[in-house]
Amino acid sequence: MPLPYYVSPEQMMQDKAEYAKKGIAKGRSIIAMEYEDGVLLVADNPSASLYKISEIYDSIAFSGAGKYSEFENLRKAGIRHADLKGFMYSREDVTARSLANGYSQSVGTIFSQELKPLEVEILVAQVGDQGHPNEMYRISFDGSIFDERGFTAIGGRAEALLVFLKERYKGAPPTLKAALTLCVAALESVTNQKLPIEGLEVAALDRTRPGRKFRRIPPAESRQILA
Amino acid sequence: MPLFPDDYGSSFFDYLAQQRPDLVPGGHGLIHPPSQPALEESRGLSLPPITHGTTVLALKYQGGVVVAGDRRATEGFQIAGRRLDKVFTIDDHSAIAIAGAAGPCIEMAKLFQTELEHYEKLEGVQLSCEGKANKLGQMVKANLPMVFQGLVVVPIYVGYDLKRAEGRIFKYDITGGRYEESDYHSIGSGGKDARNTMREHFRKHLPEDEALRVGLLALYNAAEEDIGTGGPDMVRGIYPTAKLVTAGGITDVEDQRIGMVYAALIEGRKREV
Repeated sequence: MPLPYYVSPEQMMQDKAEYAKKGIAKGRSIIAMEYEDGVLLVADNPSASLYKISEIYDSIAFSGAGKYSEFENLRKAGIRHADLKGFMYSREDVTARSLANGYSQSVGTIFSQELKPLEVEILVAQVGDQGHPNEMYRISFDGSIFDERGFTAIGGRAEALLVFLKERYKGAPPTLKAALTLCVAALESVTNQKLPIEGLEVAALDRTRPGRKFRRIPPAESRQILA
Repeated sequence: MPLFPDDYGSSFFDYLAQQRPDLVPGGHGLIHPPSQPALEESRGLSLPPITHGTTVLALKYQGGVVVAGDRRATEGFQIAGRRLDKVFTIDDHSAIAIAGAAGPCIEMAKLFQTELEHYEKLEGVQLSCEGKANKLGQMVKANLPMVFQGLVVVPIYVGYDLKRAEGRIFKYDITGGRYEESDYHSIGSGGKDARNTMREHFRKHLPEDEALRVGLLALYNAAEEDIGTGGPDMVRGIYPTAKLVTAGGITDVEDQRIGMVYAALIEGRKREV
């Protein structure tokens, strides 16, 4: 029997990371930004039905970049986790922190144990209410988790987006109009083209809403906000 | 959460039954219906009485459906609660009203609420009105083992069907049988009395105020005839709950408005006596 070919763990992890990064780089980007009434999420997504942004629970939203089938599974698992927790305990006990930790564990375990890592980046956002701050977590393909403030981005052009936004997002959270304008400008700057409103998926976690805070902002409304 | 296997479909109820059968009403797989000898034996024991909720009703009107319920909870011949809510808002266009053992009733409402929201989030669209009614039927059916232990839960499902642009009422039996009612229905210990009143006063396409008055009158008459049904409690200011299920969503009728209906009704009664 021939000896299995030896690959050092460092080399293996590096190869996996490269593979995952390559997969994610192909995908389009998503921005999450705090605005005065909550968190705005904007994705460069030409499809009007295959969503990249969706609702997980009362005040929690999810978005995924990279391979659709993989982040769709993660999204469903997140909804099950949240609904089970809310049913077992109480609606207020479902938190973005615990959800982000769950994602980090799962994605991290797959990265180290499976042959093929997940080619996804995930963003979990929670709108704060009654004095509590908003929370935004970014989970990378290897399970590393980042707690973000103000704004964050995932997907192929995330780094360029972060550089663009860092220069322009200053001080207190902007109005919805200003935040959406800035997000669109950022996405246009990294794609070097004018993006049609129909090609954007926009949603918000709005703390002024009663009950479930998540709402989609259809193109017609986006156009109105930007006007 | 290992690799998130996706074999649960879009039903929270099925997911719960597989993952945490102990949390499913009806005790899927955990609590078995007692055998006949065990049942015989248990008749000798005196179990503590179980809290029961009583009369609830639904009736159609011009804009949708009025769904209402009294507030009394009983344990045997004792009053266990004066403020129990038996009418639950489930989502933007559905409400259920439940009669039976209070604990499992409230649990079923909560589970049904989670079920519909879960489906909506996973699928990206809401279940149809009919789909929701069927799903509730399956949940009632799953509760059948508990019925043999004396824990009966029977709901009325009220939904506004956006496609048909009309309010709809579904009633159930303990086996999960689902039957659509065309005009009105009432269940619980005072259900028959409430139905009698509604039969006399119901007309198609009543205006909102009149439908609300008929519903509240039916509960009032049920409370007069049935020991388990509570009437308006003028001393404590506790009134039956009522909700309006319409195309625009579900509105809770304020206590003040219900109080005024009852004040007028009681004035009328005084003159008649």
